Amino acid sequence: MSMAALRRLLLLAYTALVFAFIFAPIVSTIVFSFNADRFPSLPWGGFSLQWYEAIFADATIQRGLTNSLVVAGATCIIATFLGFSAAYVDYRYRFLGKSVYLALAALPPTVPVVILGVALLTFEGRVGLSGTLQGIIVGHVVLSTPFAMALVRMRLADLDPDIERAAWNLGASPWATMFGVIVPFCLPAILAALFLTAAVSFDEFMIAWFVSGVNETLPVRVLAMLQGQVSPRINAIGAIVFGVSITLIVLAQLLLGRLSGRAARRKG
Amino acid sequence: MTRAPAGGRAPPAGLALPGTSPEGFMSETAPAPASSTAPPATVPSRRATGARFALFWGAPPALWQAAFFLVPLGFLVAMTFWSVKNFRLTPDSTLANWVFILNASFFRNAYVYTFWLSVFTALIASVAAFPAAYTLAYKVSPAARRFMIFMLVVPFFTSYPVRIYSTQIFFSPQGIINSALAPLGLGPLHVLNTPTGTVVGYLVLTLPLVVLLQTFALANVPRTLIEAAHNLGCGRFRTIATVIIPSARIGLIVAGTFAFVLAFGDYVAPTYLGGSKPPTLSILIADQVKSGNNWPRASVVAVMMIVTLMVVMLVMIGLAYGRRKGRA
Repeated sequence: MSMAALRRLLLLAYTALVFAFIFAPIVSTIVFSFNADRFPSLPWGGFSLQWYEAIFADATIQRGLTNSLVVAGATCIIATFLGFSAAYVDYRYRFLGKSVYLALAALPPTVPVVILGVALLTFEGRVGLSGTLQGIIVGHVVLSTPFAMALVRMRLADLDPDIERAAWNLGASPWATMFGVIVPFCLPAILAALFLTAAVSFDEFMIAWFVSGVNETLPVRVLAMLQGQVSPRINAIGAIVFGVSITLIVLAQLLLGRLSGRAARRKG
Repeated sequence: MTRAPAGGRAPPAGLALPGTSPEGFMSETAPAPASSTAPPATVPSRRATGARFALFWGAPPALWQAAFFLVPLGFLVAMTFWSVKNFRLTPDSTLANWVFILNASFFRNAYVYTFWLSVFTALIASVAAFPAAYTLAYKVSPAARRFMIFMLVVPFFTSYPVRIYSTQIFFSPQGIINSALAPLGLGPLHVLNTPTGTVVGYLVLTLPLVVLLQTFALANVPRTLIEAAHNLGCGRFRTIATVIIPSARIGLIVAGTFAFVLAFGDYVAPTYLGGSKPPTLSILIADQVKSGNNWPRASVVAVMMIVTLMVVMLVMIGLAYGRRKGRA
C-alpha cells in the first residue's frame, strides 16, 4: 500500500516537473517584466513598470500591436465564417469528392508555417498582396479556418438531424432553418471559434514575417527584437501577449466547457 | 493543429451520427443534397433555393483554401523550375535549381541534421511525456485531468518566440540555471548555440502537445483490459509494456509524429537557441528568401521538406494502423 502511494507520489512529482518545464518560460516572462534590473536573473531587482512604459512609448511596438489587432480581428471573422460553412457542409451533405473537400479545408496546419510563408510570399508578390495587412490576413485565415471548423463540427455532432428536417417539414426554408435553428444551436461554438482563431492569428509570426514587409505585426516585431540584445522590454511585450492569448483561450474554453457540460447532462 | 486533422477525419464518424435518429429517417433524407427530398411541393423553385443555399455555404471554404493554400503551394512547386536572371525572377523550365540544391553540401548536411534532430526530439518528447501522460490518464481525478488538459492547451496558443526568448535567458551564462549551479560547484552549462539548445527549444514547442495526445491515447485504453491484466498477475511494467502501450499504439505514434512534424519545420528554436549552428532546413529557406533573395532555390528546399513530411506521415500511418491491427 505504501509502495503504491510512493509510486503515485513519484509520478505526480515527475508530472509537476514536466509542467514546470512547460510553464517556466511563461511564468518567468511575466515575473521579469516587472523586474527593475536590466538583466533577468535571480536576485530580484525590485518592482518596476519601466519596461511597460518603454514599450508604450515605442511607436514601432504600438504600430505592431495595432496591426496585430486588425489582422486578428479580420482573421477571426472570416475564418469562423469559413470554418462554420465547412463544418455545416460536412454535417449536412454527402457528395462526390467530399473527403477531398474536407482535406482541403483541414490540412493547412500540417504544413510547416515556414513553407506556407514562402508559398504565400511568392504567390502574393504576383497578385500584389505581399507587404499588405490583407496579405497577412489571407494567410492567417488559411491557417486558422480548420480550428474553427473542428470546433463547430464537434458542436454539430450533438445536433439531431431530425430537428432540421422537422423545421423544413413545418415549411421553413433552408435559410430560415439555418438562422433559426442551426446558428443559434452553434452559437457557443461559433464564439469559441472566434476567440480561438483570433488567438492563432494574434500569435502567428512566421507567415506574418514573410509576408508583412514593413507592416509588422507584434510577433514579427518581437522576432526582430530577439535578434538584438537581451531586452526586458520583450518580457513586457510577452506578458501582454500572453495576457491577450490566454484570455482568448480561457473564453473559448469556458464556452466549450459549458457546452460539453450541457451535452453530458442531456445524454445522462 | 492537433484538432485540425481530427476535423478532417471527422466525416465518417459524423455521418454515422451516433445514437440519433432511427434508420428509416436517416435513409430518407440524409444522403440527398437537401431540398430534393426534404420538403414536398413547388419542386423547381425549392430545388433552386436548395442549390443556391448549398453553394452559399459550400463554395467559400473551398474557394478560399484553393486560392490561398493550394494555388500558392502549386506556385511554389512551379517556381522550383524558374530562374533568376539579373536579380529578376523569370518563368522558366530549368532543372538547375534542383541540381544545385540536391548537390550542395550545405543542403545535404542541413537535411540530415534537421531530419535526425527531429527524430531525436520526437523520441525524447515521447519518452519524457509518457510518465506524465500516464499520471494524467490514470492517477488523478477527472476534474484534475480536465484542468491539466486545459493547461496543456494554453502554451499551444501563446507566443512561441517569447517562450524561446525566456528559455534563452534561463540558459544564458548569467542566467537562472547557471547562477543556481555555480554555488554548487557545477556548470556553467553550455546549452545556447549548440544542438542541445535546439533540442531544448524543440521540447518547449512539442512537449505540451505530446503529453496532451498521449493522455488522450492512454485514457482511451479500456480500463477493463488493464484490470484484467492485473487480475491475471501481470506486473505494473509488464502491463504497461504488453497491454497499455500496444492498445494506445495509434495515439502514441500520432503524438510522436506531430512532435517530428513540428520540430522539422521549426525556425525559432534552431535560430535563437541553436544559434543557427548548424543551420536547419527552415533556416536555409528563411536565409534564401530574406537575404539571398533566391526564391527558386528556397522553393526547392521547401518542396523537399513537404515531400519528406508526406513520406514520414505515410510511414507512420502505416506503422500505426498496419500489421497488428487485428490484435489491437
